[in-house]
Amino acid sequence: MEIYAFIVLSVLAIGSALGMILNKNTVNSALFLVLHLISLAGIYLLLKAQFLAIVQIIVYAGAIMVLFLFVIMLLNVADEPSLFDRFRVGYFLAFLLGVAVLGQIVYSVAGVAGILPQISPEMERIGTVEAVGDVLFTEYLMPFEMTAILLTAAVVGALMVAQFKSGKVSRA
Amino acid sequence: MTLSYIVLGVSTFMLLNSAALAVYAERRVAAFIQNRYGPNRVGPLGLLQPIADVLKLILKEDVTPQEGFKFIHTIAPVIPVTTALMTVAVIPFGDGLVVTEINASILYLLAIASLGVYGVTLAGWSSNSKYSLLGGLRASAQMISYELPLGMAVASCVLFAGSLNITDVAASQEVWWNVIRNPIGAVIFIIAAFAESNRTPFDLVEAEQELVGGFHTEYSSMKFGMFFLAEYMHVVINSMLITTFFFGSYHLPFAGLWLPELTTTQKMILDVSVFVGKTGFFMFLFIWVRWTIGRFKFDQVMNLGWAKLLPLSIANFLIIAIVLYVLNMMNV
Repeated sequence: MEIYAFIVLSVLAIGSALGMILNKNTVNSALFLVLHLISLAGIYLLLKAQFLAIVQIIVYAGAIMVLFLFVIMLLNVADEPSLFDRFRVGYFLAFLLGVAVLGQIVYSVAGVAGILPQISPEMERIGTVEAVGDVLFTEYLMPFEMTAILLTAAVVGALMVAQFKSGKVSRA
Repeated sequence: MTLSYIVLGVSTFMLLNSAALAVYAERRVAAFIQNRYGPNRVGPLGLLQPIADVLKLILKEDVTPQEGFKFIHTIAPVIPVTTALMTVAVIPFGDGLVVTEINASILYLLAIASLGVYGVTLAGWSSNSKYSLLGGLRASAQMISYELPLGMAVASCVLFAGSLNITDVAASQEVWWNVIRNPIGAVIFIIAAFAESNRTPFDLVEAEQELVGGFHTEYSSMKFGMFFLAEYMHVVINSMLITTFFFGSYHLPFAGLWLPELTTTQKMILDVSVFVGKTGFFMFLFIWVRWTIGRFKFDQVMNLGWAKLLPLSIANFLIIAIVLYVLNMMNV
């Protein structure tokens, strides 16, 4: 069951990544990227990394991509001339079908050879919030705090840049 | 396992129908507040009015703007409905009555809420109309801004439960409801929930005088119906969340102190009816506020969100964290 969910999600991820690159319309590209990020979150869920999957959706799909979309929509970017003029929907579907068949073959060969990875109970415990929090605030405390300082510096810098020109306008 | 499927089926069915009921309730309560009758012709007390409305919407012509982006225009109304339905997966309706136990279900709720912004933004943009675009931008700016105080208010509830699992938050309120332990958080959460569901006093998304109909100006027929459905589903969902996080979820006030031991079936019935009763009250509150209070200007909404609610919610969170830490130190 899980292996089929994995095949569906990974084909979706690859397909949406290709769709993002090949699409002429920038807004469509951004939406394909959102779909790609969500299918990646699904793959994390299959690996029992619930925290990582949800944070992926909150940060990338929910926050960063919305900003991307805002910028693209407001700039009103014209369609790019396509690099792949002879691209057709048929090729795309054929590619997806090929990936699915390849995945099935690799799965059965690996199953016969007995080298399929197993998700052990220890691995399941790694992905929970408690486990992530534990290592984040003990072993990796220093990098964590450094990242926090870096992000704060970036926010302050962004505010400085944004208010540079409007500095002389008195606020009512 | 079977129980969670039953909960899933019943709760989804109830949520879909409660949206229709909320539309009816809104029109009746509005009429009552404005001292008129409201819809009372279709069926007993006008109860069949939602069915007539939906029938009318389905029979209307479905217009897509010629210069718009047809595919995105079509999928945009589906997104808010989907995200509203997805939230049901983690809400506890009673002791053990939850569809699925996710280790970080509160983060899941916030993630789903942040995905709902796409529906509004895309609807506004794909219509290729200035009113729609402005309405969509307003709506998404407002929803993004109020996600932050909402998240901080929820985080202050997490401190009491000590867990990111929503069932633990519900269980931790057996004696003291969070609204008593954390009243500022409750006020912030309720305000942010109103803003998240784009209801008055934050309904500038469809301020008719300025924007015609906001992001759904160019929508008709059942596509408009989907946005309408999603709005009322968000009212129901947000009532459920207010109940779950701050008003004791399925617990009666101070239930841990006086409620006698009950059998499993009795407990289940009591839990569900208490939860539904509280949710119904907050749905009424949503409607009541809409027909009582006027609308903010857009700069006032942004000012309230970023300059007032966000610092207040962060301060509230820090103070609660410090107090809880000191109390823990004294106990040990």
